[in-house]
Amino acid sequence: MAETRRVYLDHAATTPVHPEVVKIMDYYMLEAFGNPSSIHSLGREARKGVEEAREQVAALMGATANEIVFTAGGTEADNLAIQGVAYGRRDVGNHIITSAIEHHAILHTCQHLEKEGYKVTYLPVDKHGMVDPDDVKKALTPQTILVTIMAANNEVGTIQPSAVIGRVVKEHGQAYYHMDAVQTYGNWPVNVNDLHVDLLTVSSHKIYGPKGVGALYLRKGVKLVPIVFGGSHERKRRAGTENVPGIVGFGKAAEIARETLDQRIAHNTALRDRLISGLLSPIDYAHLNGHPTQRLPNNVNISIEFVEGESMLLNLDMKGIAASSGSACTSGSLEPSHVLLAMGLPHELAHGSLRMTVGTDNNMEDMEHVIATLPDIVRRLRQMSPLYADKIKGHAAAPLTPAGEEHPHDV
Amino acid sequence: MYNEKVMEHFYNPKNVGELKDPDGIGRVGNPTCGDIMQIAIKVKGDRIADVKFQTFGCGAAIATSSMVTEMVKGKTLDEAQEISNRAVADALGGLPPNKMHCSNLAADALHEAIKDYRAKYGGTDRNAATQAQVQAAGETAASTAAASDKPMSGEGKDKH
Repeated sequence: MAETRRVYLDHAATTPVHPEVVKIMDYYMLEAFGNPSSIHSLGREARKGVEEAREQVAALMGATANEIVFTAGGTEADNLAIQGVAYGRRDVGNHIITSAIEHHAILHTCQHLEKEGYKVTYLPVDKHGMVDPDDVKKALTPQTILVTIMAANNEVGTIQPSAVIGRVVKEHGQAYYHMDAVQTYGNWPVNVNDLHVDLLTVSSHKIYGPKGVGALYLRKGVKLVPIVFGGSHERKRRAGTENVPGIVGFGKAAEIARETLDQRIAHNTALRDRLISGLLSPIDYAHLNGHPTQRLPNNVNISIEFVEGESMLLNLDMKGIAASSGSACTSGSLEPSHVLLAMGLPHELAHGSLRMTVGTDNNMEDMEHVIATLPDIVRRLRQMSPLYADKIKGHAAAPLTPAGEEHPHDV
Repeated sequence: MYNEKVMEHFYNPKNVGELKDPDGIGRVGNPTCGDIMQIAIKVKGDRIADVKFQTFGCGAAIATSSMVTEMVKGKTLDEAQEISNRAVADALGGLPPNKMHCSNLAADALHEAIKDYRAKYGGTDRNAATQAQVQAAGETAASTAAASDKPMSGEGKDKH
């Protein structure tokens, strides 16, 4: 049997680790394994590695090293940002503004705070998944202490008007502006000053670094209380012995990203655009989810009518292709993607969504493999689908077109 | 997450498609939850002579649909009526817990198909009916109307 081509198209979930990153982590596990808090030379060497990484992570977002707090990942950084600000500014106000399409690290933390008496506004998005800065302006009150809106969405790749929102928040004066930039950092330019952010979450394993490490940017002067106690690590913001190999690996990954960002963007954009056109043209009743132009260079998200996401994923996996879906079946809950529903997609289209996120390890042949493979899978599943049978016989109900879109992409 | 037997039924499902001139059709689920199953049966005597399915749904939905069609072929209607969703899952060697309630509806679709058949033919043997009666039943849009034409009496073997 011919060897199946492996095509990994789930880089928004996680990335392979860059070999140079592995190499430096190896050194900090086998040789410079000291505790950075120790006085001896092994400890000092580990400390040096952590501080260098802090510089590298800061440089990729235009920040200074002492504004970076390392955490155990993006989720913890989001928790620290939201809980830390909410508890630290209880005397200032109790209102938080966020959006309906945030990652669950944001949404679940906000929901937790609501149970503790905080008020949270969940802003809607348009059909492309974009927040309107005017909505932010209208939602701000004298009680607002934090606005947290992601830089770009992890499912549909829509890049938010973050700098405009930043100016709106600055005009308010009181509220802090936090941004989950996990999908953006290392894939698209991020500059904390251009964006006017006070806090910003980033993660290592989305940029070819190791899992289990992330960071929170904290602008100088921002008031925040820790949520993990037990030592004076990370300038008393986050207790616990530093994950030295992870942090050093993250630093290296950030450095590589900074040096190659332009090439990375060009590479990913070319693959993304080929994949979009190569799939939408042979597959009828397929729609691109997210913004047509304001989207991350690595994100493809399409909904294919009359088929369900998980069955597409399983069939793709058989052909060596790794992707993801917003279908309920793949989320572990009964509801399909909250992002797609917030964009106004009917359930059928959310269930039939397919996310493919490209990366530096992909090439154009990978895209052609997917383009040659998926239409057959869709054809096979549609032959099995009672909804498609209805459609052919002409008694399909018509509600499958997403709200606000006149015609399905019908070729 | 799925065992080999489930994957086998998912990748190579049995009895996919539509039946020409089916005796009963059952459809369950809805697009909101992401699973829709349709099962069509052909009845000879009191036995299921042929069965086909069409399913929109996840791996478990397709595998259970395939499995239930294999289980009921040649069974009497009463025997088929006894098959539960649980039994279908068991026959597949089990399903992940989160699939048990949402995607395990194949037996329900089968029961609906049997109900549809019985509503149309009033529990009598379809094959005993004349071609004209079959035609009439087939053209009767509302199955309730058909059922009221042929009340469940006489030789009706419906279980209650």
